[in-house]
Amino acid sequence: MGDFDWSVIQRSWGYLFREGMTFTLTLTAMAAIGGTILGTLLAMMRLSSHKWLSLPATGYVNLMRSIPLLLVIFWFYFLVPYIGAWLTGSSTPVKVGAFASSFITFTLFEAAYYSEIMRAGIQSIPRGQIWAGYALGLDYWQTMKTIVLPQAFRNMLPILLTQTIILFQDTSLVYVLSITDFLGAASKVAQRDGRLVEMYVFAAVVYFVISFGLSLLVKRLQRKIAIIR
Amino acid sequence: MQFKHLSIALLLAAVAATPAVAQELTGTLKKIKESGTINIGQRDASIPFSYFAKDGADQSVGYAMDICAHIVDAIKAELKMPNLKVAYTTVTSATRIPLIANGTIDLECGSTTNNADRQKQVNYTNTYFVTANRYVAKKSSNIHSLADLKGKTVVSTAGTTNIKWLTEANTAQNLGMSIIPAKDHAEAFLMVETGRAVAFFMDDILLAGLVANSKAPADYEIGSEAYSVEPYGAMMPKDDVAFAKVANAATQKLYTSGEINALYDKWFLKPIPPRGITLNVPMSPMLKRVLANPTNSPDPAMYK
Amino acid sequence: MNYNWNWGIFWATSTDGVHTWFGLLLSGLAWTLFVSFCAAVIALVIGSIIGIIRTTPNKWLVGLGNAYVELFRNIPLLVQLFLWYFVLPEVVPKGLGDAIKAMSLPWASFVPAVIGLGLFTSARVAEQVRAGIQALPRGQRMAGTALGLTLPQVYRYVLLPMAYRIILPPLTSETMNLIKNSSVALTIGLIELTAAARAMQEFTFQVFEAFTAATIIYIVVNLIVVNVMRIVEKRTAVPGFIGPAVGGGGH
Repeated sequence: MGDFDWSVIQRSWGYLFREGMTFTLTLTAMAAIGGTILGTLLAMMRLSSHKWLSLPATGYVNLMRSIPLLLVIFWFYFLVPYIGAWLTGSSTPVKVGAFASSFITFTLFEAAYYSEIMRAGIQSIPRGQIWAGYALGLDYWQTMKTIVLPQAFRNMLPILLTQTIILFQDTSLVYVLSITDFLGAASKVAQRDGRLVEMYVFAAVVYFVISFGLSLLVKRLQRKIAIIR
Repeated sequence: MQFKHLSIALLLAAVAATPAVAQELTGTLKKIKESGTINIGQRDASIPFSYFAKDGADQSVGYAMDICAHIVDAIKAELKMPNLKVAYTTVTSATRIPLIANGTIDLECGSTTNNADRQKQVNYTNTYFVTANRYVAKKSSNIHSLADLKGKTVVSTAGTTNIKWLTEANTAQNLGMSIIPAKDHAEAFLMVETGRAVAFFMDDILLAGLVANSKAPADYEIGSEAYSVEPYGAMMPKDDVAFAKVANAATQKLYTSGEINALYDKWFLKPIPPRGITLNVPMSPMLKRVLANPTNSPDPAMYK
Repeated sequence: MNYNWNWGIFWATSTDGVHTWFGLLLSGLAWTLFVSFCAAVIALVIGSIIGIIRTTPNKWLVGLGNAYVELFRNIPLLVQLFLWYFVLPEVVPKGLGDAIKAMSLPWASFVPAVIGLGLFTSARVAEQVRAGIQALPRGQRMAGTALGLTLPQVYRYVLLPMAYRIILPPLTSETMNLIKNSSVALTIGLIELTAAARAMQEFTFQVFEAFTAATIIYIVVNLIVVNVMRIVEKRTAVPGFIGPAVGGGGH
């Protein structure tokens, strides 16, 4: 089967990138931000001396880390409308769109992974700094906000970004819900035009170029941070 | 004189409208009224019922979509909301029933078989099409009956009545087939196209649509034997009498007025987008009977 | 909530008319474990080779090893599986391609799944092996050479026995990742645990029961693997050495 037609890429360019890649990148960026915020809160809860804070956070992180992302995607796709109904007090489940559903799923799932990174980051700050903060009369939140978190975040930035590259690749799994992310768009064109080889190879190249490019940037950043420290 | 007529008309209209307003809205109608939006579930590749006519379209077209447009109009009239917003969600065979059950969508307009099992989960509008479960295979693979498929790999779409029938028949008739569940019709057809599976079991009308749109329609053959009768209806939330009443009145009107014939011709006998292919499937006697006496019965015997 | 709970569904006969739904889930689990085990063997063998050549003095070998790792690490697993399943049979000679496609299920899905998962994971194992070897003091390598050992002998008798013992903890988490990642094989038709739960959901409409069961099974598997590996880790731990920290998470 040597008759490949690579012009299919050019013909579907707008659809692949304006529709598909936009969805993929928006989802990645929003879930990374949401996941980092929620992950940081979870890390703070886990490091708390209050059992009723640390136990649920530990349980949540361990649960999310023991089940496959695909199962989590299926879970939330059906569960989120019920959660929405519960939150809004509505008697019927609330409609949640494809994007919102994916955003919630990836934020909640990735938060578990980001929280592990942030926990290591927070623990990397010498305890003396925290005591110094308290000695200055700062309360817990002020100490965290002005002393601990900025440093933890800076120290962990390369690892957080590496996790975000993994998140970027993971968003391709929304394919199972027939959502038009980049891979979804590519496979729809592939199936419609019978151009599987061309579209899947092209998708692999695009994911590779973006992920590899980002990982090179992370490496440069890592060197810079190493100098600051 | 004219003024007087007008005021009487207004008065009558007001009187006529009062009971409807006074009557408390419930369930789906209430939800639609409050949110100002009706959520339609559509398919992406159920030709010619509900499918995307071009890349990047966010709204499907098709026979079922046209019928649902009539139902939406009836809901607009019922709720007196001419500006009711219509939101579209693309569903798959596997997600459509949970999404109706959990309220994500209010009306599913595609190619969904109405059967007794599913009626425990959802409700259906009047049947708008009757099809049968068959297979499509490449002519070159020389398949003429179910027995020829013994021990072979076949495919069907996950979450359909067809894969359920196939799984049951496989055991009951000891066929030893390997069954691949595909995510959607396009993926399933692709399995046959690329030789991953020998045959694809699906409703014959959908198979006809997929074959007509394929790269080489002449390569495929749809089996002659029909394995089951599949009446199609639009799905609605279960136990919602008020909503069902509006939807069924709208379809009944569509059928008895004969408008349905024009819709049928448009999608089954004339060229359809995107490539101007004609399916050329005349209306079956079964469907003619259903349109004359609208029903949402799940019983296959009702259609024979 | 208008959802009909039915926990008895697990003991009802499934659509295939033979097994119960619970039996179907267990058979899914068996495939999950089987595909993970085969992929782990591939990942360990190839990952070790690639990891080792990245620590050799030969520039070309190091470059080759690095390229391998970057290639398999920067393409999503799902896309890699599609390449093995859909693309490979079309780009090899027609006779071979047709033979691949004519394989019967579940092997037609199983083989590409094992290759795809195995190679994807091998890049991650390679990274651990490299880090493990590089975490050893340079003196060990030099001492080995000074004793007159050849380079392969230095690896065989000095570096690797130490390196494997200290990378055991990260390899445990790679094993867990592999088991979870094997669920992606459902996209190419393998009825592993997640796919079995999904099939149950589609046929019975009991969404939450099916997914709850699958979740519990994954947690149990997780606990077993972690505890078994912990025992192995304790037995093989090298006093004074802790595992290398390799940046980056994963699932």
